[in-house]
Amino acid sequence: MTVLARRTDAPWALSFRLYLWLGLIVIVLRVAFRIIFGGGYGATVLLDLPSIPLPDWAAGITLFGPVTAEALLAGLYDGMRLAAILICVGAANTLANPRKLLASLPPALYEVGTAVVIALSLFPQLAESVQRVRRARRLRGDPGKGVRALRRVVIPVLEDALDRSLDLASSMDARGYGRAGSLGSRARRTTGVLLVVGLLGLTVGSYAFLDATAPRVLAWPMLALGLAAAVAGFVSAGRRVRRTRYRPARWHAADVLTAAVGVVVAAGMTWVAASRPDVTLPDPASLPPLSAGALLLVLLAVVPAFATPPPPLLSTRRGRSVAEAPPASPLSEGSARDRVA
Amino acid sequence: MIEWRDLSVTYDGSDEPALRDVRLCVEESELVLVAGATGSGKSTLLRTVNGLVPQFTGGRVLGDVLVDGTPVRGTTPRDLADVVGFVGQDPLSTFVADVVEEELAYGMEQLGLAPQTMRRRVEETLDLLGIADLRSRALRTLSGGQQQRVAIGAVLTMHPRVLVLDEPTSALDPTAAEDVLSTLARLVEDLGLTVLLAEHRMERVVPFADRLVVVEGREVRAGPTAQMLKSSPVAPPVVELGRLVGWQPLPLSVREARRRTAELVPALAAPPARPYQPPGEAVLQARGLVVRYGANVAVRDVTLSVARGEVLALMGRNGSGKSSLLWALQGSGRRDAGDVAVDGVDPATEPPDRARALVGLVPQTAGDLLYLETVRDECAAADDQTSAPAGTCRDLLDRLAAGVDDDRHPRDLSEGQRLALVLAIVLTARPTVVALDEPTRGLDYAAKAALAHAVTELAQEGHGVVVASHDVEFVAQVADQVVVMAGGEIVSAGRTEHVLAESPAFAPQMSKILGEGWLTVAQVREAMAS
Repeated sequence: MTVLARRTDAPWALSFRLYLWLGLIVIVLRVAFRIIFGGGYGATVLLDLPSIPLPDWAAGITLFGPVTAEALLAGLYDGMRLAAILICVGAANTLANPRKLLASLPPALYEVGTAVVIALSLFPQLAESVQRVRRARRLRGDPGKGVRALRRVVIPVLEDALDRSLDLASSMDARGYGRAGSLGSRARRTTGVLLVVGLLGLTVGSYAFLDATAPRVLAWPMLALGLAAAVAGFVSAGRRVRRTRYRPARWHAADVLTAAVGVVVAAGMTWVAASRPDVTLPDPASLPPLSAGALLLVLLAVVPAFATPPPPLLSTRRGRSVAEAPPASPLSEGSARDRVA
Repeated sequence: MIEWRDLSVTYDGSDEPALRDVRLCVEESELVLVAGATGSGKSTLLRTVNGLVPQFTGGRVLGDVLVDGTPVRGTTPRDLADVVGFVGQDPLSTFVADVVEEELAYGMEQLGLAPQTMRRRVEETLDLLGIADLRSRALRTLSGGQQQRVAIGAVLTMHPRVLVLDEPTSALDPTAAEDVLSTLARLVEDLGLTVLLAEHRMERVVPFADRLVVVEGREVRAGPTAQMLKSSPVAPPVVELGRLVGWQPLPLSVREARRRTAELVPALAAPPARPYQPPGEAVLQARGLVVRYGANVAVRDVTLSVARGEVLALMGRNGSGKSSLLWALQGSGRRDAGDVAVDGVDPATEPPDRARALVGLVPQTAGDLLYLETVRDECAAADDQTSAPAGTCRDLLDRLAAGVDDDRHPRDLSEGQRLALVLAIVLTARPTVVALDEPTRGLDYAAKAALAHAVTELAQEGHGVVVASHDVEFVAQVADQVVVMAGGEIVSAGRTEHVLAESPAFAPQMSKILGEGWLTVAQVREAMAS
């Protein structure tokens, strides 16, 4: 609902329908698998299909067989869980401008961010030049097919892309992209050491965390140390980059509210899952129970749909730019997930 | 402000320097126009100012350039970003952001200016360039003239002291070009910027240029505009008229020339009637053409016909539907309604190899048709594709542009030679009608004259020719009929001398000076000779 109420008409926002379809397909597939591969537990048989035993090399798997309501429902729940995750990713994708997200990267990752932005803008251009060259090929009356014909499209397109990239690179350079900061070699060395230590700490820490036999002292303390060193490294590297941001995205009341609702709903659902596991992971044999707490949380998740200002639409907006679109990014994902589950 | 000290540039893989011993000085707040034929080294000269040459091109550089007293050698373009602003030919390929406001702010972000300063400068620049109502528009949706003004604005926000522009209007229609150039003139007057400008449409800049730099034969000469134009290899029609009549000093603008026509007009008889044959049989007939892209109607109910031996010019601003119309006529583009007949056959219903024998189209980016490594291979492939006798394409190429080396890579050819090669490939199929989309883009006066000659010959051989072009002077030279389009519709159509004289935006300089009927300097030359 949040998505539907606050979607913009920017190109990246039009893909939500695709995610919905993807979710539906996942559910149908899960249920179909349950029918095909049976599993055959549960008591309520809905349909008795003849079972087809498979040859020895696939022992243990039988096709079809009796279809039980429990198996179907379990498949349905499974599918719905996966679909919910997919739709949440889609929702985040729909509401947030990818360029805006990149602009929020720490300064140390600025170079990487720029490369991604250029790659993003290159794709529509590539599609455009492929179309142009294919049209031009008709002018040479060349109905050729196969590898030779492919070459006739690929070569002009690549030349075009290369030219454009060089143009863009020289334009960015002439406009001051990557002006070196005034940082000594000592500061650079510190940054390097911090980043390496951080990486080591994170690696060792996560290994110890996952391996139960490793000494506990390596787990949390190492993770924390690694994280601290990495953050310090980023800050130090970021200081080298002397650039500012035009219209930085600020946190408005509505943004804080959206984020807070996301956190509360996610925490609440975790609590419900711990105290009443039958609500979040219902037993397929009986009717899924409901709890007042879970219901309340679902309602709470819908709040941002009404509490945030509607985003300006590209076709009608004047004055303010994309900055005002509600930053519903990863947190609303949490709320949306809980809602569907 | 800018000083070249014995600068020579030699690109890798060439023995000859691209520029030799440039010794030149540009003063503060001067507007300097750089003129020269295509490939003469204009772009190289401009790009040495902020070090794009040799940083992005490679090559060897001797001597040095000083900008505001600091040598460019040893610094990079990015370090000079707040001193020298550079604007190129194709604005769209240089945009970094996707919205106007952010594009304007990009350079300032790199300089690390405070957000308050950025906001203020963005507002000032929006007003200065008259694009305040475009601030949150996506850059892709702007027209060419608007895009170029945004590109200039994106550089101005950094408050550079020197502005370098490399043919900023070559892709624009006359009105949009006028917009951009008058904006520039105002910037020079108001801000006292030092401007270095290379421009094919010299006629628009010559009146307010302080000095002219001519790049010719790898060398550079400079001097006051009127004096330099006496011997410049490229000159606008008004100057050519002045040279022909022998006016002293040379008139630089239509106004100056008009005030002296009183002494000329009695010497001239009526404008020579253009050789006019009554229209022969129509080879191309189109009725009620409609082309739609989604909700956008690109061509709306267009009806036209081209006779054998006739040249028809399509004019109109960028996006008025000229290209869509040409593609629809050729048969491979979209067509939603209406019919086309070339010698009684509809090219859209024919397979591609038959369609190109009816209408041969040279698209706007002519290079799209080329994909092989040498000129020889391209010609052989063209003969092969049309089952023409070997050597047909090469012969055509020699007639259009003599002396193109067989072993050159098509990409290394000059703009004019490449166009000739593509035209030769298209003509190998012996099309009944030849269509050219913006063929003068990037061509200098000499290459344009060669193209005009080729087009006239094509018509004399009995082809019907359709040319879409912004270039008023070119159309005045070649066209028998002119069709002006706006918003996909035909707004006026008729004989060239009538249509062109009717609208001030499309009138060639000769009509503005001498009145209706006069189109080219060649006409005046003939009239004076007789």
